[in-house]
Amino acid sequence: MLLKDAVQKIRSKNAGPFRISIDVFCGDAGGFAHVCNALQTDMVADKLNIRPEHMQRFEITSLHTIKFSFERNQPQGALFDRDMHGAQYAHLVGEVVIPAALPQSPESA
Amino acid sequence: MLARAELDVPLVIGSCGTCGADAMVDWMMEITRELAIELGQRVKVARLYSDQSVTRVRAAKLRSIGGKAPTLRGNIVALAGAEQMQAALETGADIVLAGRMTDTAVISTYPMMRGTNAGAAWHGAKIGECGALCSTHPTSGVVIIDFDTAGFVVEPMASGARCTPHTVSAHMLYENADPFILHEPGGHLDVTKAQYTALDDRRVRVSGAKWVPEPYTVKLEGAALVGYQTTVLTLLRDPRYVANAQAWADKLHGVLTRQIDAQIGGDYTLEFRLIGINATLGPLETGTAIPNEVGVLGIITAPTQDAASEIAKLINPFILHFPLTDSEELPTFAFPYSPAQTDRGPVFEFTLNHVMPLSDPMEAFRLETEVIDAA
Repeated sequence: MLLKDAVQKIRSKNAGPFRISIDVFCGDAGGFAHVCNALQTDMVADKLNIRPEHMQRFEITSLHTIKFSFERNQPQGALFDRDMHGAQYAHLVGEVVIPAALPQSPESA
Repeated sequence: MLARAELDVPLVIGSCGTCGADAMVDWMMEITRELAIELGQRVKVARLYSDQSVTRVRAAKLRSIGGKAPTLRGNIVALAGAEQMQAALETGADIVLAGRMTDTAVISTYPMMRGTNAGAAWHGAKIGECGALCSTHPTSGVVIIDFDTAGFVVEPMASGARCTPHTVSAHMLYENADPFILHEPGGHLDVTKAQYTALDDRRVRVSGAKWVPEPYTVKLEGAALVGYQTTVLTLLRDPRYVANAQAWADKLHGVLTRQIDAQIGGDYTLEFRLIGINATLGPLETGTAIPNEVGVLGIITAPTQDAASEIAKLINPFILHFPLTDSEELPTFAFPYSPAQTDRGPVFEFTLNHVMPLSDPMEAFRLETEVIDAA
């Protein structure tokens, strides 16, 4: 399934002119547990053409949110920067394909 | 300024003009002077200047926080923190016009001077820096942060807006690479153990953040001229050109660079971004849908405005009539306005991602006071 269909919202934004930070809001504890497992850091890195070892990952349980931070390929406003505030990466990350959640057992369904 | 006079509290503005350069502080001073005269007020104004000379920065032991070597030219500012704002407030100023400073220090300084612990003051400042963004109604304007010694209460001012433990704690994620740590002059804020408690359905009390002192450094920001730009815009609507827009643009680029090199020469860059195809994401784009039309944004950067403009004039007939193949009648595309070119003026790039150590927080900043007496 596509990541965007498994979560509540994905947000991308500059964190200063040299970094971008992407927040994946999973919505609830179940969604967070699933996405934490299913979404590997290198899937996101690959989509954005960032080396996986340059990708920081934070899992914020209280907010059911996973955060990725990385250095911009072009600093904000550089000649070949195409998106000054870095907000469109969210749409790319939403296209990452993750394994679907396991079907719920009949007792809990 | 009217509210400030009524409440008899300091009015603090930073970073003037958002970049916080000295010229922006002076610009705000002129506005303040005009208003004081118009309102018939007597105000003491402190101006905090953040510009750094290239000589000073060159002599400092800079530490990179992003991997690249510093470029020591152009305009450089240092981000002031609470110590510099405290010095400005201690002049007894009614109004402080600050150059570049951290967004948080604008808010954190006064509560710390009044006895709020540093962890709570910096945390409250971070939550409050974007106003109602930490509430359920992000566009509703402002919040009030009520500081006490150990924490703070955040409350939105718009009716209908609510602050919840979730909306408030989620704001630590915003424009912040690390959701738990915020670096400031002289230390960092650690909110790992912060507690967010709903007081009712619209107010949240926050406590438990920790301030960790470190050797005193200030972050630098620099911008340097990299050239002058002219842009051109043309629109493709012919379905065959729309379907082959990338191939058309690549071929056009090759022809044009040969023309420019032969007729004008010099250093320049020419780039076409295909709006409707991949202008936003470039090579990362995954979409393959064929749109109704394609906007072709040409961006020319050259050492002078005249050179950029001359290149645009040279390429103008080509971007209007360039054919996909040699064996067809010349097409004519749509110019949305005339002339098709727009001079954008000088272009700057960020040059520094470094911190500069200081032995005295004020050594890199200048503070000046003045009384405007129009009472």
